[in-house]
Amino acid sequence: MTGPTERMTGARAFIECLYREGVDTIFGYPGGVLLPIYDELYSSNIRHILVRHEQAAAHAAEGYARATGKTGVCLATSGPGATNLVTGIANAYMDSIPMVAFTGQVPSSLIGNDAFQEANITGITMPITKHNYLVQDVKELPRIIKEAFHIASTGRPGPVLVDLPKDITTDLIDFHYPEKVELRGYSPTYQGNLQQIKKAAAEIEKCSNPVIYAGGGVISSGAATELKKLAEKIRAPVTTTLTGMGGFPGDHPLFMGMPGMHGTKYANYAIQEADLLIAVGVRFDDRVTGKIKSFASNAKIIHIDIDPAEISKNVKVDIPIVGDAKWILSHLLKHTGKAQSEEWLEKIAGWKEQYPLHYLESACRDDIKPQYIIEQINEVCPDAIIVTEVGQHQMWAAQYFKYTEPRTFISSGGLGTMGYGFPAAIGAKVARPDKVVIDVSGDGSFQMNSQEMATIVQNNIPVIIAIFNNGFLGMVRQWQEIFYGKRYSSTCIRDSVDFVKLAEAYGALGIRVTKCSEVRPALEKAIASGRPTLIDFIVECEENVSPMVPAGAAINEILDLERKE
Amino acid sequence: MRHTLSVLVENRHGVLARVAGMFARRGYNIDSLTVGVTEDPTISRMTIVVRGDDEVLEQVTKQLNKLIDVIRVSDLKAEDTVEREMALFKVSSDVSNRSEIMQIVDIFRARIIDVAPKSMIIEVTGDETKIEAIEQLLRPFGIKEMVRTGKVALRRGAKGVSS
Repeated sequence: MTGPTERMTGARAFIECLYREGVDTIFGYPGGVLLPIYDELYSSNIRHILVRHEQAAAHAAEGYARATGKTGVCLATSGPGATNLVTGIANAYMDSIPMVAFTGQVPSSLIGNDAFQEANITGITMPITKHNYLVQDVKELPRIIKEAFHIASTGRPGPVLVDLPKDITTDLIDFHYPEKVELRGYSPTYQGNLQQIKKAAAEIEKCSNPVIYAGGGVISSGAATELKKLAEKIRAPVTTTLTGMGGFPGDHPLFMGMPGMHGTKYANYAIQEADLLIAVGVRFDDRVTGKIKSFASNAKIIHIDIDPAEISKNVKVDIPIVGDAKWILSHLLKHTGKAQSEEWLEKIAGWKEQYPLHYLESACRDDIKPQYIIEQINEVCPDAIIVTEVGQHQMWAAQYFKYTEPRTFISSGGLGTMGYGFPAAIGAKVARPDKVVIDVSGDGSFQMNSQEMATIVQNNIPVIIAIFNNGFLGMVRQWQEIFYGKRYSSTCIRDSVDFVKLAEAYGALGIRVTKCSEVRPALEKAIASGRPTLIDFIVECEENVSPMVPAGAAINEILDLERKE
Repeated sequence: MRHTLSVLVENRHGVLARVAGMFARRGYNIDSLTVGVTEDPTISRMTIVVRGDDEVLEQVTKQLNKLIDVIRVSDLKAEDTVEREMALFKVSSDVSNRSEIMQIVDIFRARIIDVAPKSMIIEVTGDETKIEAIEQLLRPFGIKEMVRTGKVALRRGAKGVSS
């Protein structure tokens, strides 16, 4: 490592800063203005994964971050390289994922002149980053990078962008990395207010129908253990949002699955009949709440969140507690006794029995039911990291796989980004090579970033891509079926590509599965191969995600969409 | 309901865009926004007048506080705040009505800062009602152009928003 005051170029200083931040991997794509940085990367110890599209770099950095809890890093050149990162940055922003995105920029002297490959990326990303920087003096570079990593990973995590004009990378600097960050406008609250915690404890002991509603904040704060202890101590059932999957064991008797639009009936009924809702690290997304006025309308609401702006943003809260979920839950555990919930738990057990998640298994003799594939994945590799694209398969992956550990379910929650899963799976597999990583994908979503097959083959990243091939943009088709009289406008994509040949063209293993009996052997073959593998599961084309709450309805106004034999 | 927010921010390029962008993105309406450097050259003060109920005010305040460059946000209550706005009016005038306009200017403790054969420019400082009142009186002469700065405000007494 370089000494504290060695003279070096900005590009070299950039690498030094990454070392100091413990960065071992970055996902990126080179370009003219990044040449000085790429030249330094060539001789560095940092692993650079060359993607085939910058959007994939951002998603891969996010997958890396979500699988590890570390800050993901991506790098793109100026202009189109930078703008191609935008979707990935917005995705990380919506799901509060720590990421630092570096972009090259035209030389300072050309900024504002519409120079070749110039884009005002700090302007473009202002609304979708936690913060961003345009480096104007090489002397500021170490401070800015230090701040960027600090901001990205502390408080409510999020993406930070650092824009690097080319001259900044070639100018000389007496390198010194600051030890401390000094930002007078930024000091996240970690310790919750004890009075509020005691108030919450008193409400818990008084209530009879408690529900814990937990989200991605539980995972980012590392509060899964405390959440489990709390649920068991107070005897409250737990529902986790899409991004909260794995924050509470999916096989636990107190677990109710996901709430909301495609949540379980029993989770939704429980929320609606709760007299106390303990919301932890959630933001009351409309896909969860449905019609906001009817959401948990009988419940007092305790809201634990690190971001004060989330308190009473969507739903009026009775007891807000701002701070780190882990800290607050561990203190709440000390102060609270149990709720009066035994009758309530019996009622929920009854609902679970009456309204289980189910599909028409008898139809699975020939046509493959997508839910069956998820169950088989769960049986074959229960410890896998499941990454998803966006659509029906994503909901089935949330409903039918039992996530028992945090950071084993990675999915685009807030932004709903098709094309997210495959590159995010690349990031997750690079971060956790010890784990089986499966991208649960739709045939539509996969085609949005299928070029990354080249990345996994070139870098030998043995991700398994499980395509749920129904020949449709399935979730939109489902809505067209229910709300537009089966007028399938522009959602049929049948026979658009032979995925097995596509995999083989890139040098990956391709397997096609058309029968139920082939599902499990195909998964086992993919895992045993240790190679990048694509499995093309031909599934029933008009299967629906059920149950379903129509947009804007109350969450207990549930449609049952099961097909009859 | 209108609220006056005093917002201390880092004096850096792009901060105004961040603040204005937050309002635009979240659909909050700014009535006026003034910005200038403070006694500390590294800090600027924005005075933002925003319309909305208490819930809107709470969200605006929290969202402003989320911006890394925002140092402090204070909701200034009218009773313990001095507020001023400045306006310039270019009014049509000639020898026939010049003295009448000068009388109005006197009454409002305004100033004439430019006189031409067919117009004059009047500078007035005060609260919003005063500026509206003089505007009403000048309008019959013919206001050719006018500009208002938007409100600036400071808390009364020794205690400031930064203390």
